[in-house]
Amino acid sequence: MTGQQIVFILLSFVTLASALIVVVNRNLFHAALALMVSFLGVAGLYVTLDAGFLAAAQLLVYIGAISILIIFAIMMTRRLMQATEPSFNTQHVAGIVAAVATFVLLAVVVAGYWPLRADPSLPNVARVQVLPDGTPVETVLQGSVAALGRAFVSADAYVIPFELASVLLLAALVGAIVVAWPKTEDPS
Amino acid sequence: MEFIRSLFSLTLFDYLRTVWGDAPWVELVLDLIGVVTLSTFCLLIVIALIWLERKVIARVQDRLGPNRVGGRYGLLQTVADVLKLLTKESITPAGADRIAYNAAPILTVMAALLMWAVMPFAPGVIGVDLNIGIFYVLAVSSVSVVTLLLAGWGSNNKYALLGAFRAVAQLVAYEVPMILSLLVPILLARSMSTVDIINAQVVPFLFVVPLAALIFFISSLAETGRTPFDLLEAESEIVAGFHVEYGGMKFGMFFLAEFVTTLFMSGLFVTVFLGGWNIPIINGLLGAVGLAPLDLNIIAFGRLLGLMVFFIKTFLIYFVYIWIRSTLPRVRVDQILSFNWKFMVPLTLALIFVVAILDKLIPDGTNQLVRGLIHLGSNVLLALATLEVLRRYARRQRQRQTGQDAGASQAPIQETVPAH
Repeated sequence: MTGQQIVFILLSFVTLASALIVVVNRNLFHAALALMVSFLGVAGLYVTLDAGFLAAAQLLVYIGAISILIIFAIMMTRRLMQATEPSFNTQHVAGIVAAVATFVLLAVVVAGYWPLRADPSLPNVARVQVLPDGTPVETVLQGSVAALGRAFVSADAYVIPFELASVLLLAALVGAIVVAWPKTEDPS
Repeated sequence: MEFIRSLFSLTLFDYLRTVWGDAPWVELVLDLIGVVTLSTFCLLIVIALIWLERKVIARVQDRLGPNRVGGRYGLLQTVADVLKLLTKESITPAGADRIAYNAAPILTVMAALLMWAVMPFAPGVIGVDLNIGIFYVLAVSSVSVVTLLLAGWGSNNKYALLGAFRAVAQLVAYEVPMILSLLVPILLARSMSTVDIINAQVVPFLFVVPLAALIFFISSLAETGRTPFDLLEAESEIVAGFHVEYGGMKFGMFFLAEFVTTLFMSGLFVTVFLGGWNIPIINGLLGAVGLAPLDLNIIAFGRLLGLMVFFIKTFLIYFVYIWIRSTLPRVRVDQILSFNWKFMVPLTLALIFVVAILDKLIPDGTNQLVRGLIHLGSNVLLALATLEVLRRYARRQRQRQTGQDAGASQAPIQETVPAH
């Protein structure tokens, strides 16, 4: 077993164990903290996969923003210091459907690449594209931040999904402001 | 002899590698030595930083500052304070959330120390040169926001929780202009690696994009919770803040983290805007008289020289932090937030647009000096435009308060300004 595998197993254990705590812990605040540890474990997995940018983004977005939002939501809505809730609610059916759907989605995606095997002829190369004139372009994994940025705004790559996601986020922002805007009396 | 030499030229690790050979454990041991050395340095320098801060603030305010313990300059005052904090009883209040309460100070110090991993001290003297260096710093520093919430919630004290809410609102808000203003040097250097950014600064970015430097400096003041944004520990307003229930070294660790982060921010400012370990002016003079520029990688003891240059610059910036702390009063919480959202963020967004478009328009082969001058010009124009907008806004406000209509002449309005 290589060192990387040991680290991978440890990180997976941390991620899964803290995810389990999220589900079964009766103290909502502690559940939110365990969720943070779980996010941290996922960031660690990204690091072992040489995806440093993704790991930092995970840290910044999920721990720096989303977790804080969750904690704020808990603090604002529950009775402050008695945040213990029954750990099981009545949404069994919806939960099962969501779990099965996620599993099927992951299984389908992973099966497309099965068996997973590193191609030794392509060291550190994510994939090889062939331009119309026949020259192959290698996307290098190491230092791929610039490549990632170009892929987001390049017309041949992901510009449409990227812009769609941006518009969706903008719409959500505007919607949030409209919902939160204090209702004023009609001036007339 | 060789050992002493390598110690002084900061090539100790290269020397140890030649001595120990390339066994698999060598790199691991060297990494551990590096981590321990860097962390210990960061923690110990805080003793000096606190003494410096108290002494400088005292002199600015016409006092003497610590002058009893350790000679007439009070050199050992902080050592005594640290010993006092360390020997105090470690208390966890009844009713506190034990996990959150005890984890918060530890996590704060961890986050503050982790950031130093990408700090370039001298050529080749850096924890790890990540290609996402600046982004890594921002990601790690965002963890410190969580620790504030942990401390505020875990204390089981409504004033601590209120203090934490205010602090988190401030930190989350000022993260935005900080990230955006750091994007400008990243754009100019075409890289997020701290080493690449230093190497890209033929002219230090402070003289290329002074607006970005100013915005970064202001938002770093807020991020480290220093005056005029020190709501995090506003003793006169909210009992104390999120750490009201903490005592002894648990309390000390929050301040430890604050000082470590402030020094780090000074170092980051030097790295991103002042050319890091480089000596741009001397190199420029050497180039002007036809000599080769000083390449610190090549000359003997170049690393030591680079380290000294880095720390001289860093402490200059740190002095400015202390200077501001000793002279400016605290800003109100609503003023802090509206200053950020209504002024800093729009200005930074405009700055990014201007810099990005200009930098794309400048042809690739252009002389770095010319490129810098173009950016400097655009920055000055943007600053003037901002001042004009602010002036008009202030005039409208004044008119509204004095009841003058917009068409009134300027003379009676100016009379309403109190004479100094």
